[in-house]
Amino acid sequence: MVARTVLHDADITRALRRIAHEVLESRRGDGRLVFLGIPTRGVTLAQRIQRVVDDIEPGVSCAGALDITLYRDDLARTPTRTPAPTRIPPGGINDAIVVLVDDVLYSGRTIRAALDALVDHGRPRVVRLAVLVDRGHRELPIRADFVGKNLPSSTSERVSVHLAEVDGIDEVTIEP
Amino acid sequence: MTTLLIRGASLLGTQTEDVRIRDGVITARGTLTPEYGERVIDARGLIALPGFVDLHTHLREPGGEASETVLTGTRAAAAGGFTAVHAMANTSPVADTAGVVEQVARLGDLHGYASVRPVGAVTVGLAGEQLAEIGAMARSAARVRVFSDDGHCVHDPLLMRRALEYVSTFDGVVAQHAEEPRLTVGAQMNEGVLSGELGLTGWPAAAEEAIIARDVLLAEHVGARLHVCHLSTAGSVDVVRWAKARGIAVTAEVTPHHLLLTEELARGYDARFKVNPPLRRNEDVLALRAALGDGTIDIVATDHAPHPTEAKECTWGEASFGMVGLESALSVVQHSVIDTGILIWADVARVLSSVPATIGRLDGYAHPLEVGSPANIALVDPAHSRVWGADDLRGRSINTPYLGRQLPGRIVHTVHRGVLTVDDGALVEPEALAAAHQEVARG
Amino acid sequence: MKHLLSTRDFDREAAIRILDVAEDMAQTAHREVRKLPPLRGKTIVNLFFEDSTRTRLSFESAAKRLSADVITVSAKGSSVSKGESLKDTAQTLVAMGADAIVVRHHHSGAAHQLAHAGWIDAAIINAGDGTHEHPTQALLDAFTIRARRFGDSSRGHDLAGLRVVIVGDILHSRVARSNVWLLTTLGAEVHIVAPRTLLPHGVEHWPVRVHEHLDSALATAPDAVMMLRIQGERMRDAFFPSTREYAREWGLTTERLALLGPDTMVMHPGPMNRGLEISSAAADSERSTVLAQVTNGVSIRMAVLYLLVAGSSSVADPAGGEK
Repeated sequence: MVARTVLHDADITRALRRIAHEVLESRRGDGRLVFLGIPTRGVTLAQRIQRVVDDIEPGVSCAGALDITLYRDDLARTPTRTPAPTRIPPGGINDAIVVLVDDVLYSGRTIRAALDALVDHGRPRVVRLAVLVDRGHRELPIRADFVGKNLPSSTSERVSVHLAEVDGIDEVTIEP
Repeated sequence: MTTLLIRGASLLGTQTEDVRIRDGVITARGTLTPEYGERVIDARGLIALPGFVDLHTHLREPGGEASETVLTGTRAAAAGGFTAVHAMANTSPVADTAGVVEQVARLGDLHGYASVRPVGAVTVGLAGEQLAEIGAMARSAARVRVFSDDGHCVHDPLLMRRALEYVSTFDGVVAQHAEEPRLTVGAQMNEGVLSGELGLTGWPAAAEEAIIARDVLLAEHVGARLHVCHLSTAGSVDVVRWAKARGIAVTAEVTPHHLLLTEELARGYDARFKVNPPLRRNEDVLALRAALGDGTIDIVATDHAPHPTEAKECTWGEASFGMVGLESALSVVQHSVIDTGILIWADVARVLSSVPATIGRLDGYAHPLEVGSPANIALVDPAHSRVWGADDLRGRSINTPYLGRQLPGRIVHTVHRGVLTVDDGALVEPEALAAAHQEVARG
Repeated sequence: MKHLLSTRDFDREAAIRILDVAEDMAQTAHREVRKLPPLRGKTIVNLFFEDSTRTRLSFESAAKRLSADVITVSAKGSSVSKGESLKDTAQTLVAMGADAIVVRHHHSGAAHQLAHAGWIDAAIINAGDGTHEHPTQALLDAFTIRARRFGDSSRGHDLAGLRVVIVGDILHSRVARSNVWLLTTLGAEVHIVAPRTLLPHGVEHWPVRVHEHLDSALATAPDAVMMLRIQGERMRDAFFPSTREYAREWGLTTERLALLGPDTMVMHPGPMNRGLEISSAAADSERSTVLAQVTNGVSIRMAVLYLLVAGSSSVADPAGGEK
């Protein structure tokens, strides 16, 4: 079956830029913005968004990575996974505005795990969620604050996000 | 039935002849016609060998009945084609008096599966300090002619010299378990590259070779016979070969397991492969086979050493040393030296029967399968092949190293003093066996 | 990987994976909440037939930091000392719900047997079996060397180009064996030093350079010198004449310490015999990694427990999963 491209590179760039503006707008006041990407591609997206934010308002943001492997709710059901590095930027997350960043929001279980991981690192002032694609089918009461594209899909379809830094190309495809 | 007619067997693997047995003796050979009332055994395709004589078995009774008894051990022997076994002295109490050896011999006759010739201890309690009453044991009804502290080495050189001299006064032979104890403290397996990797204390070949070298020189000096138990290294073969070339009256035995298995089996820490002397390198296995072929090693002896399951199902360090071997001996010998072309079946008759009987001064085996000889016969199916399993064992213990291994050969019938102890692969039960022996005695 | 029995069991990639996961585990020591959830509801049993406070505490610590329940069984005063067999003890523990057993035993091969004899089905972690292996010690030693040498860029690194000298009773040392195989797998050049009485038969077949004198090994300018504990009682079995002579010939004395290069690290698995195999000066010097080894031990053991116990099967999948 052939994959259909739903977002091209220009679409992705525009979406991330819009998210960056929305995040800054919602900031109100003087909070420190910490973008924590969820490996693998969430990390890349967090870096890109943070760069745009830093262009607009320098010095109020930083980016890092939050690995959630050890917090998954399905650990005992699958072969052991190797965690990816967690990099909390200097200054930590206490009293910060943490924006979790991921490529696709689907069941919501990854974000549930990320919230648990976050709690073990400190106590943010507020936690927001930014995703490039929201494809619906939530299994938990989780919603994104900033969405690049809403992509209604059926559970039999496969949504793939490719990013230049990781995959050599920027695109989002959907496959039946 | 006191008459058996064995038809169509290949005698010693050479000519095919019928053999008639009456009243415990071979009475006729050639092309024979079945007579009225005699049991006819169709032995076409089978090889007839003289009943095997094991010069080195552990029957554990008295004292170790949890592992084996004279009854269960001789049943295992019969299943392996043996009609006589020499029972080692490391029982509890030790076989160092006439009383114990007579008891063990009598049990063998009572059960009737094989002749049991007790081996007498060299030293009291196997303690290596004082000579046991060798004369009493030799003159007893058990007529002991082989003396050994097996399990332990007679390591004191003066005591070994005295033992060689004293035992020869009674036409006996000292069978030495060659192991210098100071070099094998805590030893678990052959000392080599593998023991260094596995973290198991090594048993150096030199500890065996040094004792043999000393003992052959002592035997030469005092003019006595010496028998060396369970040779396990190429170096030991060299020493024995040198000694024989000098005319020293030394004989040597090798176990079936040392003809086949190597130390590599220790890698999995499975204590079924823990034995004393230990399994050695492949070079040693090949040297032992060649030595059996050229006569440097005179006989095969099993060193059948039964142990209860809990003594093997534990860490290697905690496990007991030893393997059972009576039932599998013929198959392992066939696999390691006949199928490899080193020996022929006539040689097997020599190394498993007539020569051990000579060393042990056991009557009745000097003229294998000749008319007039006592009827002790093993009928072997050489074409059979099977995966060895625990149900191929007949003794009380199951500590065999051959589980899961494909082995050739099968004992189909065993005849002991003219009576079938194994009939078509199955052991004859004690009552029927006793009745058959009685009939022969009456006849 | 279902069991951790020997450092010979893994290749370079698997070894680096464990070290990298240990990096993640090490980070938790700097967080607000120093605990992780992946082994919640799992039971780890420490089955110690040999006394060992430090290794036992290290495993206990590691298991608890992963939220596992920990039960410690030490031989003294237990049914084991009353003659219960290894097989029965292990089966009883699994029947009570052990997911993994960390075992230390005075006989070589004990861990291998628990893993392969068919008695039980739990994951087995070898915490030291006789004189055979002590794989988590070697892993923490390799981790320590890597961290000291490569710092923040350690992740993904092997030890190629590094030279490690191991000194002491190689014959009786499970730490030496595990280190020789692991360091070699990671690409290090390994040298061992001991009097001939303390070298295993056949050591010339090991992938190492053998020295019978410490000074010749130190002259190769190693990156790390690992001193092994010597047991003074060995002099009664004629392995060496006296502790004084041993210290003089093979000890890391103050004089030898002064000859080491500026970046050479001094290692010891502990417990140390100050004044015998290692001088106080060496033990307390800046080069000493002894305390770091202890800290890293917890991280390594966390990594091992996570990799063996968290997942559903024996295969570790380095890729990520679904969202």
